[in-house]
Amino acid sequence: MADHDHTEPPSDTALRVKALESLLLEKGLVEADTLDALIQLYEHNIGPQNGAKVVARAWSDPDYKARLLADATPAIAELGFGGVQGEDMVVVENTSEVHNLLVCTLCSCYPWPVLGLPPVWYKAAPYRARAVSEPRAVLKEFGVEIRDDVEVRVWDSTAELRYMVLPERPAGTEGLGEDELAALVNRDSVIGVALVEGA
Amino acid sequence: MNGIHDMGGMHGFGPINPEIDEPVFHADWERRMFALWTAAFAAGMYNDNEFRFAVESRPPADYLNDSYYEHWLICMEQVLINKGQFERADLEAIWANAGNAASAGNAASAGAPSVEGAKQALPADQVIPVFMTGASARVDADVAPKFKAGDAIIARNLNPAGHTRLPRYLRGKHGTIEKDHGVFGYPDTMAHGDDETPQHVYCVRFSAREVWGESAPSRDSFYVDMWDDYLDPA
Repeated sequence: MADHDHTEPPSDTALRVKALESLLLEKGLVEADTLDALIQLYEHNIGPQNGAKVVARAWSDPDYKARLLADATPAIAELGFGGVQGEDMVVVENTSEVHNLLVCTLCSCYPWPVLGLPPVWYKAAPYRARAVSEPRAVLKEFGVEIRDDVEVRVWDSTAELRYMVLPERPAGTEGLGEDELAALVNRDSVIGVALVEGA
Repeated sequence: MNGIHDMGGMHGFGPINPEIDEPVFHADWERRMFALWTAAFAAGMYNDNEFRFAVESRPPADYLNDSYYEHWLICMEQVLINKGQFERADLEAIWANAGNAASAGNAASAGAPSVEGAKQALPADQVIPVFMTGASARVDADVAPKFKAGDAIIARNLNPAGHTRLPRYLRGKHGTIEKDHGVFGYPDTMAHGDDETPQHVYCVRFSAREVWGESAPSRDSFYVDMWDDYLDPA
């Protein structure tokens, strides 16, 4: 089509999305109910609460933890979690000697079944640029100081494996049940940019 | 491609600035865009690699200026046009009326017939089974691994103009194979409509010093998943 015939897209992004949606609906390429179901699933049903349950189970059940670290996908599926962007999961464990941190320098790969959709900062340039080259400085910005004698391991998700961090169980939580433990675990600790604080 | 998306180790982007209590979506159009993209993805209208290449191919200034879901919007339009799911004229017919949002649905090009190769829409009752199951990128192919755990490797110095998942910061660097993840399709070919070129993917360990020099902490390291074709024996 010649340039003078072009209709430029609307400058209002919301209108442009609406245009794409109406075209795909018109052509039968998507269904309206499907869109609503997807939003429900990823805005409300799947999120960091899933990952927190995996962490709490691993802290509570040594056999589960062993299965989780050996072959994460089926172990996570034991709790009912799995699917798109988590088909091949790997869990890496934080210890007194190793601190793990997740990033995707090339795009935004993230373990959807256990954490939901990634926050903006995870997809944005500063984190993607710096997490591999100065992870300790990045951690400090999140308020996490890693001792010099602890190895920092950064996991750059360049392929189709998806990672989650098993944070260290905080001291003083020996008496807590799984639900109480899960309530201590937040998204950032499963990415590796936070530690889990005690109750 | 050596694009702006390949950010590992770049300087100048400033602090990370996480948003406190960030919502999943920041606007209703983001919500709709996410659903459109995932519905079309599940219907098989494109693969991850094709879409990633479309995003990487945006002009660098636009890549940095536009938001994440703006990339999805612009690239999804382009990828579906390239694949013949609809024509730009179909969108233009709607854009011409876009000032009146309420009419957008009615303005969708009534006449254009579905093109050959149009995909079947994903029904709503399939969302849970499809998305909670997923589809592993593993390929069931009998391909011998070129490396095994413990092998020393060098990341090849490849600079393809097309899609690759070999980050620039690793090219020419020495690492060690940690683990063989098994056989997967190769993004460098799959992004361009070529075959899967199935091969082993390994978890490879690099020391921070090998990549960033003597100022990096001596005990720090990183782990990257790499395809056979990205690696040479060291």
